[in-house]
Amino acid sequence: MAYSKLATASAIAIAATGVAHSAQAEDLTLCWAAWDPANALVELSKEFEAQSGHTMNFEFVPWPNFADRMLNELNSGGQLCDLLIGDSQWIGGGAENGHYVKLNDFFDNEGISMDDFAPATVYAYSTWPKGTPNYYALPAMGDANGWFYRKDWFAREDIQAAYKEATGEDLREPQSQKELLQIAQFFQGREIDGKTVYGAAIFTERGSEGITMGVTSALYPWGFKYENEPGSYDMEGAVNSPEAVEALEFYKTFYETATPPGYTNSYMGESLDAFKSGQVAMAMNWFAFFPGLYADPATGGDKIDFFVNPPQNIAASTLGGQGISVVSYSDKQDAALEYIKWFAQPDVQAKWWALGGYSAHNSVLQDPGFVDSQPFAGDFLEAMDGVQDFWQEPAYAELLLAMQKRVHDFVVADQGTAQEALDKLIEDWNEVFEDEGKL
Amino acid sequence: MSYRTIDRGAAATPEPVARKIRGLSDRAIAWIFVAPTIFLLLAINIFPLIWTIRLSFTNYKANRINREPEWIGLRNYERILTDSDIWLNMQATAHFLIWTIFFQVLIGFALAWLINKKFKGNDLWTTIIVLPMMLSPAVVGNFWKFLYQPQIGLFNYIIAFFTGKEPSSFEMLGQVNLAPWSIVIVDTWMWTPFVMLICLAGLRSIPDYIYEAAEVDRASKLRQFFTITVPMVLPFLMLAVLFRGIENFKMFDLVVQLTGGGPGSTTELTSINLKREAFEKWRTGYASAYAIILFVTVFGLASIYVKALNKVKER
Repeated sequence: MAYSKLATASAIAIAATGVAHSAQAEDLTLCWAAWDPANALVELSKEFEAQSGHTMNFEFVPWPNFADRMLNELNSGGQLCDLLIGDSQWIGGGAENGHYVKLNDFFDNEGISMDDFAPATVYAYSTWPKGTPNYYALPAMGDANGWFYRKDWFAREDIQAAYKEATGEDLREPQSQKELLQIAQFFQGREIDGKTVYGAAIFTERGSEGITMGVTSALYPWGFKYENEPGSYDMEGAVNSPEAVEALEFYKTFYETATPPGYTNSYMGESLDAFKSGQVAMAMNWFAFFPGLYADPATGGDKIDFFVNPPQNIAASTLGGQGISVVSYSDKQDAALEYIKWFAQPDVQAKWWALGGYSAHNSVLQDPGFVDSQPFAGDFLEAMDGVQDFWQEPAYAELLLAMQKRVHDFVVADQGTAQEALDKLIEDWNEVFEDEGKL
Repeated sequence: MSYRTIDRGAAATPEPVARKIRGLSDRAIAWIFVAPTIFLLLAINIFPLIWTIRLSFTNYKANRINREPEWIGLRNYERILTDSDIWLNMQATAHFLIWTIFFQVLIGFALAWLINKKFKGNDLWTTIIVLPMMLSPAVVGNFWKFLYQPQIGLFNYIIAFFTGKEPSSFEMLGQVNLAPWSIVIVDTWMWTPFVMLICLAGLRSIPDYIYEAAEVDRASKLRQFFTITVPMVLPFLMLAVLFRGIENFKMFDLVVQLTGGGPGSTTELTSINLKREAFEKWRTGYASAYAIILFVTVFGLASIYVKALNKVKER
């Protein structure tokens, strides 16, 4: 009798569990850019599917179309994405236009603390207005613009001797922006193993955000600031400061004297191609690609090494990376929040890093073994200490496209001077902020 | 026989319908048939046009649904017409338009004239020549990008072969002085066959007896060309120019694939700039004013051109 009661109770429990699962099981769609970390996230999310009963679908869009496609989706109130790993600069628009769900109550209820994440990532990926405790995303993927180089070429005695003869200095990982340029110029047009190679692959892309991300990697170390006082939108003297002018001229010189021919409209993909094909000695790109580069059989392993964006007047890197948000137009918000709760767990974050994602969780970053876990881990930590980001205003797209135009006109098209480019940029940005009612 | 067919048709029409139709005038029946088309035209063309005109006087942004648009009068028009960058885009568009039409007409007519001569393999050559216009502009843009690549591109090697220059010493897509010509070359390569086909239709419409009469009058070949061939093909040529002019004024895909509007803004045609304003910057009101200005420009030029075309036809 007792046995049959137990069997009945078990059957009811199993049935109830089944009902509960089938009642809650949702088909969730997560939207992100199509790149290496996205594949790692697919792998990681299998665990969530097994635990929750939800099914994860993914919509990955190539980087050049990512902003266009996703911002159109958000602006049209589309329900394609339940979860969105959107660029850091979208946070202002996401919050003010009501695209993202505010997560404060959810974090409080679930015991998720932003103190558990690296402060720079919380500031950049989660908060709006900036620095206030209003959270619209959980830091998902820490990233910054860094550098990698042909360690095997740098180690060759003949090349070291030639560099010493040419510059009077030792060939090493560059310690400043000017040394970076000097090394790139040294390699430009040099014959290595019977093949002509070039200095470095940098970002010059015109259409989306490429050249801005590249140029800011020079501007920030020179001490560039967007405003004289944060929040004042007072840009005269900051955006076009003498340091900013010098940095922009530096980037143009870099483009003209140390990049491969035809490198006029290049971004992440072109940088990776140039390096993997053995065309360049150094290249800039996002840390997100570094695991794949290290694993590359032709140019990875002991042939590659990494360094943080070199300082000039200060140490600074251009911020990449994204936070994960729940889209307010989704009718599966509960399941989407469940995913964020699962993703925020320290053990999931540890697996995320192990699979090739860049966790921003302190438990991962502050682990004693972190620095030695990958050859670029230490550089990543160093870079994240000095990251700076572009405007995160709701009008970010207008601000970005204005900068794309002004710096591409100067750097690639050789039109006007650096001073004129930055002066015009201020005019453009002033117009945008006037339209926004902020000036 | 036909009378009986009509009778059968009338008898087959259900009585209530027939009665209803009988009660309508011819004009009313005509309206019933035309109304769906007029409705669609109003809904798809006229209403959006009026709506765009209205938006052009506001600061509306389609991505800021929470913000009430403000009426700003002619401010958008003033900004556009006084913006030197927009005038540079207009110049880039004019350069592209004029030179593509010039080369396409010149080469297209020459090819048509050659193809019109009877020779062995005529059909095969016609097929080969029209192949480029059958390709997708995105595909054409992509493979020409490779052809123009300074280090491995075939185009640079061909130029280098004839000029003795280093192939990687010039960048068709990356140099300010060359990029506008690079897009002209690709568009000419792709669309010259279209002009050729129209010219060919014109050439084949000229009756042989006119040339025979000219031969009898001992007119030289050159004279025949300028007094018979050119005038009789001219309406066709003008039509080709109209088609290519309208198409190239709104050129977008090919140029975006090739240069993305760069270097700098050298090849940023008005259509590319308009798309950026409307769907990347989301300045909907501003972009509406921009679109209206372009519409008026194209409409005005096309109207003048069509009048000229009609005059040529009447001659």
